Amino acid sequence: MCLGVPGKLVEIYKSGGLLMGKVDFGGVSREACLEYEPEARVGDYVVIHVGFAISLLSEQEAAKTLEVLREISDIQAELGVEPGEVRA
Amino acid sequence: MKYVAEFRDAELVKRSAQQIRREVTRPWTLMEICGGQTHAILRYGIDELLPTEIELVHGPGCPVCVTPLEQIDKALALASLPNVIFASYGDMLRVPGSGRDLFSVRAAGGDVRVVYSPLDAVTMARENPDTEVVFFAIGFETTAPANAMSVYQAATLGLKNFSVLVSHVRVPPAMHAILGGEHNRVQGFLAAGHVCAVMGYWEYPPIAEQYRTPIAVTGFEPLDLLRGVLDAVRLLEAGVVKVVNSYGRAVTYEGNRPAQELIKKVFLECDRKWRGIGNIPMSGWGLRPEYAQFDAERRFDVSAIRSEESPICVAGQILQGQLKPPQCPAFGTLCTPQHPLGATMVSSEGACAAYFHYNKAALLSEVSNG
Repeated sequence: MCLGVPGKLVEIYKSGGLLMGKVDFGGVSREACLEYEPEARVGDYVVIHVGFAISLLSEQEAAKTLEVLREISDIQAELGVEPGEVRA
Repeated sequence: MKYVAEFRDAELVKRSAQQIRREVTRPWTLMEICGGQTHAILRYGIDELLPTEIELVHGPGCPVCVTPLEQIDKALALASLPNVIFASYGDMLRVPGSGRDLFSVRAAGGDVRVVYSPLDAVTMARENPDTEVVFFAIGFETTAPANAMSVYQAATLGLKNFSVLVSHVRVPPAMHAILGGEHNRVQGFLAAGHVCAVMGYWEYPPIAEQYRTPIAVTGFEPLDLLRGVLDAVRLLEAGVVKVVNSYGRAVTYEGNRPAQELIKKVFLECDRKWRGIGNIPMSGWGLRPEYAQFDAERRFDVSAIRSEESPICVAGQILQGQLKPPQCPAFGTLCTPQHPLGATMVSSEGACAAYFHYNKAALLSEVSNG
């Protein structure tokens, strides 16, 4: 139930007085309520949880996380650390 | 950026695990709070990738597991009533009550329907004005915004035939209960990323401070989990107590303000019993008096139900990180996902179900190797 899934917002509309949208999860499209992420725009990625957008994903922050891990990887490569053997 | 594949990159996963191995000097016990994280850890073998110094223990963040037996039994009673549509998240249908579950109520003729969103239950009430629709509003801070909206929407629409059986729980009081417990082994927390997406993490620094326990807000993909472990290990190794955000793309310090506002408008903090754990003060949400007309426990008389837990099940100790599923004598034999004795063997978040699905072969070989 806590398994929020990121999807791409492809359509925004009002329905039953609520701000709603269509969200694409890699080819599967579902309706979601956008009342808690009213700033989301078509093309944005949102975390959907039991039919509600609860978080608008930040591309900048995502890139930052990956960047930190890639730097670790680069430093290890320079030091000649093998990535495979991780368990004693 | 698709926000999924990038965070499953095999090379970066290996490198991140390697980095943790390089930085760790002593044994540390970390708890991941959320059952979704437990499943991801076992599914991707993150526990196998980590150095032996790091032990991950599994937390109570499985909503179907901690929903108290009494509430399950009330759900079973409500779902058995004539002229009632009982709407529930799918995970709840197999959770054992005292002797049966919602599936068996449905088989016996009860109108039990699975909903994806709580708004689907509101729609059912609109479309069936002569039938009572009861929605089982359970879960942590992640489902609370959705559940609160269903009540708010029913009030806005003036629906008289919609009510909710509420059994909401909150993470911070559970962290207090675990860290303050006499058998606590947890030295650092991986906080549940999507709970924090809703609530932010402003509630956590006092917890970290009080118990001298660092906390890393952590996501669900393999690289997110390793990043959370790395950040927690760095804090522990340096002796620094603070809360860090290792899931920046989805979580802010403040969290989702509109969601928090609607939760506060509809729900009120209250004491809550956790299945297998017991009462935790002010650990839940119940309906505010203004919304009492939507309370299924007031609308229907379900107070005189006697509940009985399986005497064999050790789910309570598993939910608090004191035991691991294979240490239970019933695991995989008397208790399986098809015939669960406890709720931890059900659902996509229960720790026993995760071990059963992803780790069974490894466990069997461990057993046969003595």
